[in-house]
Amino acid sequence: MKEKLVLVGNGMAGVRTLEELLKINPDAYDITVFGAEPYGNYNRIMLSPMLTGETNLDEIMLNTREWYADNNITLHTGKKVVKIDRKNRIVYADDGTETVYDRLLLATGSKPFILPVPGHDLEGVIGFRDVNDVEMMLDAAKKYKHAVVIGGGLLGLEAANGLQKNGMKVRVVHLSETLMDRQLDSESGKMLQRELEARGVEFLMGASTKELVGRKRVKAITFQDGREISADLVVMAVGIKPDIELAESAGIYCNRGIVVNDTMQSYDPKIYAVGECVQHRNQTYGLVAPLFEMAKVCANHLAKLGYGRYEGSVTSTKLKVTGIDLFSAGDFNGDDDCERIVYRDPSQNIYKKVVLKDNRIQGAVLYGNTMDGPWYFQLMREGTDVSAFRDSLMFGQGHLGDSGHDNNSVMNMSDDAEVCGCNGVTKGDIVKAITTEGLFTLDEVKAHTKASASCGGCSGLVEQILASTVGSDFSHPEVKPLCGCTDHSHDQVREAIRSEVYTSVDEVYKKLDWRNENGCPTCRPAVNYYLISTWPEQAHDDSQSRFVNERVHANIQKDRTYTVVPRMWGGVTTPDELRAIADAADKYEVPMVKLTGGQRIDLVGLQKEQLPNIWKDLNAAGMVSGHAYGKALRTVKTCIGSQYCRFGTQDSVEMGIALEKLSWASWTPHKFKMAVSGCPRNCAEATIKDFGVVAVDSGYELHIGGNGGIKVRVTDLLARVETDGEVLEYAGAFMQLYREEARYLERTAPWIERVGLNYVKERIVEDTENRIELNERFLLSQKIAQKDPWAELTKDEHRLEFVPMKRFDDQPNAQTSEDKVAVNA
Amino acid sequence: MSNWIEVGKLEDIPRLGSRVVDMERREIAIFRTELDDIFAVANSCPHKKGPLAEGIVHGKKVTCPLHNWTIDLESGEAVAPDKGCARRYETKVESGMVWINSAEA
Ligand code: SRM
Ligand SMILES: Cc1cc2nc3c(=O)[nH]c(=O)nc-3n(C[C@H](O)[C@H](O)[C@H](O)COP(=O)(O)OP(=O)(O)OC[C@H]3O[C@@H](n4cnc5c(N)ncnc54)[C@H](O)[C@@H]3O)c2cc1C
Ligand code: SF4
Ligand code: FES
Repeated sequence: MKEKLVLVGNGMAGVRTLEELLKINPDAYDITVFGAEPYGNYNRIMLSPMLTGETNLDEIMLNTREWYADNNITLHTGKKVVKIDRKNRIVYADDGTETVYDRLLLATGSKPFILPVPGHDLEGVIGFRDVNDVEMMLDAAKKYKHAVVIGGGLLGLEAANGLQKNGMKVRVVHLSETLMDRQLDSESGKMLQRELEARGVEFLMGASTKELVGRKRVKAITFQDGREISADLVVMAVGIKPDIELAESAGIYCNRGIVVNDTMQSYDPKIYAVGECVQHRNQTYGLVAPLFEMAKVCANHLAKLGYGRYEGSVTSTKLKVTGIDLFSAGDFNGDDDCERIVYRDPSQNIYKKVVLKDNRIQGAVLYGNTMDGPWYFQLMREGTDVSAFRDSLMFGQGHLGDSGHDNNSVMNMSDDAEVCGCNGVTKGDIVKAITTEGLFTLDEVKAHTKASASCGGCSGLVEQILASTVGSDFSHPEVKPLCGCTDHSHDQVREAIRSEVYTSVDEVYKKLDWRNENGCPTCRPAVNYYLISTWPEQAHDDSQSRFVNERVHANIQKDRTYTVVPRMWGGVTTPDELRAIADAADKYEVPMVKLTGGQRIDLVGLQKEQLPNIWKDLNAAGMVSGHAYGKALRTVKTCIGSQYCRFGTQDSVEMGIALEKLSWASWTPHKFKMAVSGCPRNCAEATIKDFGVVAVDSGYELHIGGNGGIKVRVTDLLARVETDGEVLEYAGAFMQLYREEARYLERTAPWIERVGLNYVKERIVEDTENRIELNERFLLSQKIAQKDPWAELTKDEHRLEFVPMKRFDDQPNAQTSEDKVAVNA
Repeated sequence: MSNWIEVGKLEDIPRLGSRVVDMERREIAIFRTELDDIFAVANSCPHKKGPLAEGIVHGKKVTCPLHNWTIDLESGEAVAPDKGCARRYETKVESGMVWINSAEA
């Protein structure tokens, strides 16, 4: 006779233990499972996407009834075990079912903590734990309007996001001042709050709940400070507590959870426990990664292999709200002995912080770009000394050991680096599965390796591994929305503009159901760019959708003055131009005249009202705007070239001028810089430009995708050509491809890394016809774009933009105002 | 205290745009929303005194051009999580002319 194993709790940890056990010894036990819920085993983590409608119950089932049958497991669903007779080794369920055991496994999980305030038992007050809760929320969303989520942690925010997606007006009540304060520092917490607010979720911070008000169903909430808000649904997400009711009633030793040793045994050695219900080395856990580690060890012992000990886990967190990337691990604030390295890019909404002690990572918070999360996590767990690469730590793993040529970080990950923290799957496991099983999709990798099968937070990384292993023809899933005003991605918005022939920002917002009627500062410039680049002849270029620099065609500075940079074609100027610039600098009392890094002259510190006048003077001397302020063609740097240089092979100056005349005034997704060098010594630094030309004896090498800014990237070689005409044609075609296909604010370097050099080559080098067409479209759009904006803006009809509406002497009794000080500063 | 002054024609302020009134000792930014609501606040961001009049206007809010704080034009308050307040002035439109009360609201 086989021994009998009974599992109480048909959830993630218990069933995972059975799976592990079946893998090592399928015949060890007769297995019986009791589950209080009426289903097979499902992925509880996915309740959040189920609430938003991104998935459904069928899709989140981990083990169907057939699985239990196939493995000879007796399954009792909808039956709660209420008693354990330890002496006779029998469990009793609430319907009277009795089952004898030799070994018992408790995996009862935890219960949502319900604040014991008056009214907590009213109808409409629930936790967020199981399918039933999700169904109640979906049902409430159909009938009611006001939802309140108590608790701004992981669970609460996922609930809030889901309810908001279902059309409810959602407010989140949080006791402290920072969201997810156990995972985020205040800066990243604020960024998260801002992003959720843009999606329409409201927050009451620092609010302590006093009472839930209502007769039968909840109607309102009151707070300690006297505030009151209406609520038809209250979701309590303030925490969880291990479900130890059954164990305690059976006299098994419990503290906060069921106390277990390193082999997952309770004080009664016949009774094991795994999952959220246990307390191990004084820790309880609320995430799946540690539970799965426990499951492995426990299965090993049930199979009587007797090795393997569970020694506790370090966890990291992600938030599963589509479009929000966030990662947190370890001690992200640090103590007095810690150092913090911080990287911020507010315009891209990126924030990264790594906390170090003695050059070892203690914790990290990443917001906006979480690609390097697993790497920091690995360094942290392994206690690696990072002093050797501290300088480039914040730029990620892809930045190590190369000059930025190939910053695909997954290629640089070692094989034993953990990709999926939930399931402990390494990069090596994934690559092996892809190559031996011939996998092509994320779903297939998920099925074979379990990577990204739990929280899905690593799916981006898994996709990159797929891409780098099988090439770019794997299937992409979900898309990131352009901003909080819409669910459409950049690419979807652009495609709609193209196929539906939208020609104004308003029309796009109306037809695509934008949530905020005038959009926001993130989408307005993007949509405007997509319109004018797609329909150069038809679209209305909306100046109110442009950032101030592009609206007034000058760079704003911190003291609200502006800088003016006239174009110097190919970096060549004349005594007359220099005289005109010098005269203008005198006449307008320009505080600073500076050489830019782009081979021209910056007139710094002009007042807005002076702009049209100085432009008029510069125009009169034959100069036009240098677009030093725009997402547009900037400069074409050149070296001296074959006209004079003893090494020059081609006339780089003439070529630079020709390229600048071709491309100036074009609007691009991000700024676009060019350079032409006369020989491979490359004095114009062409190999860090968006489009760089290096002359060689036989003609020209054309380079693309370079970047000298935040993250240096050396160009890729696109092609070698012989004639000047070809250089111009390739340049036009390349710019047009970039203009048509890159996302707004995506520079050529990241764009090429996303689509691959081969793709660009296919479209431009291998497909001659396509190249010619792209170039023709570029020339057409240039016909419309190539007007000097300065000449345009000095016309009388634009005068109002540059002058105050009215000037008054201030009121005699007005006090000294600090504002004015700022203006004069 | 009220101190109404006429500052100019409604049509001289672009929709979803702004103009500045120069009070010599301070600047007031006048905003016009899509639906022709008119708001006036000090042209000085509560963060680092950025010129709010140069920001992008959306709904009844403006986003400062310097570091992206968003100011609610109805209250002058920075939108959470940022904290701060720009001085606000009353406005009215009469026969196409915009007036502001140069005493603070
Ligand atoms: C004026 C100038 C500095 C100088 O005095 O030399 C300058 C000034 C600014 N740069 Fe730059 N950059 C200037 C050359 C460069 C260069 C060098 C070059 O072009 O050869 C680089 C590195 C090369 C590159 O872009 O790959 C450079 C990389 C950046 C970056 C990082 C871009 C990136 O993709 O990594 C930014 C930030 C951004 O664009 O988001 C930036 C942003 C800025 C801004 C616009 C910051 C801002 O938003 O206010 C500065 C405007 C100041 C102003 O109003 O004049 N600037 N900037 C240079 C103008 C060149 C010109 O003639 O147009
Ligand atoms: C909405 C949501 C989102 C989450 N997101 C994440 C995430 O992104 N990442 C992450 O790592 N974790 C996440 N978690 C946590 C994760 O789901 C849990 O850590 C995990 O499910 C715990 O597994 P468990 O087996 O211990 O408990 P459970 O999965 O809860 O299983 C316990 C089961 O036992 C049953 N049971 C209890 N008592 C009895 C009894 N006496 N008789 C019979 N059956 C009983 C319960 O009904 C339940 O079905 C999330 C949880 C929720 C609710
Ligand atoms: S490097 Fe560029 S962005 Fe930075 S301070 Fe200098 S000019 Fe400004
Ligand atoms: S000055 Fe306005 S955001 Fe910084």
